[in-house]
Amino acid sequence: MSAGTPPLPGPPKPQAKALNCPNCGAAITLRSFQQAVTVVCDSCHSILDAKDPNLQILQKFEVAVGESRPFIPLGTRGKMRGVDYEVIGYQRRSITVEEVRYSWQEYTLFNPFKGFRYLTEYQGHWNDVVVCKQLPVVNPNLTSSTPATAVYLGENYRHFQTAEAYTKFVLGEFPWQVRVGEHATATDYVCPPRVLSSEKAGNEVSWSLGEYMYGVDVWKAFNLPGSPPEAIGVYENQPSPVSANVKAVWAAFGTFVALLVALMVFFDVTARKELVFHSTYEVISGESKAEASFVTDIFELKGRTSNVEVTTSANVRNNWIYLNYALINQDTGQAWDFGREVSFYSGYDSDGSWSEGSDHDSVVVPSVPPGHYYLRIEPETAPVHPPIYYTVDVKRDVPVSMFFLLAFLALLVPAVLISFRALAFERSRWSESDHPPIKLSQTEDDN
Amino acid sequence: MTQPVANCPNCGAKIVFRWSSCVQTVCQYCKSILVRTDLDLTKVGQVADLPPDSSPIQLNTEGIYRNKAFVVAGRILYEYDQGGWNEWHIVMNDGASAWLSDAQNEYAISFAAPAQNLPAASQIQVGQQYTWSNQRYTLSVITPAHYRGVEGELPFQYWDKIVVTFADFRTESRKFATLDYSDEQPALYLGEFVEFEDLKLKNLRQFEGWS
Repeated sequence: MSAGTPPLPGPPKPQAKALNCPNCGAAITLRSFQQAVTVVCDSCHSILDAKDPNLQILQKFEVAVGESRPFIPLGTRGKMRGVDYEVIGYQRRSITVEEVRYSWQEYTLFNPFKGFRYLTEYQGHWNDVVVCKQLPVVNPNLTSSTPATAVYLGENYRHFQTAEAYTKFVLGEFPWQVRVGEHATATDYVCPPRVLSSEKAGNEVSWSLGEYMYGVDVWKAFNLPGSPPEAIGVYENQPSPVSANVKAVWAAFGTFVALLVALMVFFDVTARKELVFHSTYEVISGESKAEASFVTDIFELKGRTSNVEVTTSANVRNNWIYLNYALINQDTGQAWDFGREVSFYSGYDSDGSWSEGSDHDSVVVPSVPPGHYYLRIEPETAPVHPPIYYTVDVKRDVPVSMFFLLAFLALLVPAVLISFRALAFERSRWSESDHPPIKLSQTEDDN
Repeated sequence: MTQPVANCPNCGAKIVFRWSSCVQTVCQYCKSILVRTDLDLTKVGQVADLPPDSSPIQLNTEGIYRNKAFVVAGRILYEYDQGGWNEWHIVMNDGASAWLSDAQNEYAISFAAPAQNLPAASQIQVGQQYTWSNQRYTLSVITPAHYRGVEGELPFQYWDKIVVTFADFRTESRKFATLDYSDEQPALYLGEFVEFEDLKLKNLRQFEGWS
């Protein structure tokens, strides 16, 4: 400013305006500093022209019996994404699908710098909604089997529902010409947790983008007393609580299986698989138990602490042999006791030939330190039997596939469970849409 | 920077220009609409009191767009049946002139784009597509607006308007276009929607109860 000109006072600081309803005289607050177009009198339900200094009456509407009040009172301030917003308007709208009416709440939020934003609520499910500044690309899919899609900001949205939305009740201020009874064709496309909505009234189409919000977060944002209404069912854009991404679970599963296979191959290649003991013994019928117990020659287990496989093979035919083994460390006296049975039966009956058991048995003793070992063997047999020959093989450091199988199952089970739960969640989501999944059984249809 | 200074031919107050290429300005004391002819100022009209509006932007608000500082030098205020909006005339620090529009706190910046063969007001329909500067635009809304007043410095004469038709075009990106049918020859503006915080605005208006 050059010298000589006194600074002018700027325009007055805008203030929330207090006026009176021209119909009933009740107090009306204009909270949006004239940004709103219509304002509704809470006591006589007149819709007034907020742009008109005299608040001309545009419409009066009857309030249906049992009309619900907004959960968040007008004038409440809260923080959405770090910005203060004030609740300045409220409307309830409804759609009718197959003769069932579904109704939801819409709150107008206002910040004098950032403008308008909306909050919607349906059966405890909330959405934080902003008007789209870009045009989504809609790919109408005229074949009925696949729903239409829309692309917005690089994300793919699937058509969920198209219905005629009617305004049933209004309160407070709106940045557009609101009327009770007016309707628009509302179409939702979903990409959880987001929903892309178009509203077509006349030949004007407006788009908005909503993001799912949990009731508790709304209560926190607006510092509301009590607790939010409980969310009922699965909402169209509710994020799946099971897993953000089933694909990611399977990708992880695939990675771990690949790792397992690599480990398995590594252990198989690096395992010593060294035969350290091999001997054959005979059990003659009628030997007493005490006499039967004996110890083998000493053999050496080399390398690091690893497993030992003891294999018993016997010429049992419709017979059995039970061996009480003890693997004993000669140096420390540490012993591993285990009993193994080898039995084999076969025969012929009305169903044909049958067999049961096997003529050999293997057991893996884990974590055996290196050292000098021997086996104490105590065979048991039936009191009378033909001579049984049995061979004992001891192998150091064998690859164990059972561990890998268990690990595989341990990985598979949660992946399958998560997939099933995610699938069930998606089924309940889409069962409310214009594209319900095919019902699993006919009986569900009848109910 | 030396600013050109003149006196209001109506009330004699000093008129300081923020922008050397200014064609029209409004005396902030007597609200006379003044048009620059050579080095003289001629009064062509008078601004009635502007309707109360609540744009957070005002004359002398400063901001940054695409790494260039700008200052708000003037504005045109319009109203239509869904509310009012401001076209703030901004002057970039390289002397270029642009428009920052604020429609119910939705902000956009646009530049006048020279174009030939623009459709006449009688030819346009919602849903039509046009291509300008290799970008396809879809006509989304046609707005008959009421001119409600001017303030500050403008790059052209603009004061005797009543009803003006605007055609707004959207794209699948943040870009948009506006065809302004204020004059016989339509004028094309190309621009993009911007986020309030990205403009880093200073010297904004204050609102009672809001900080």
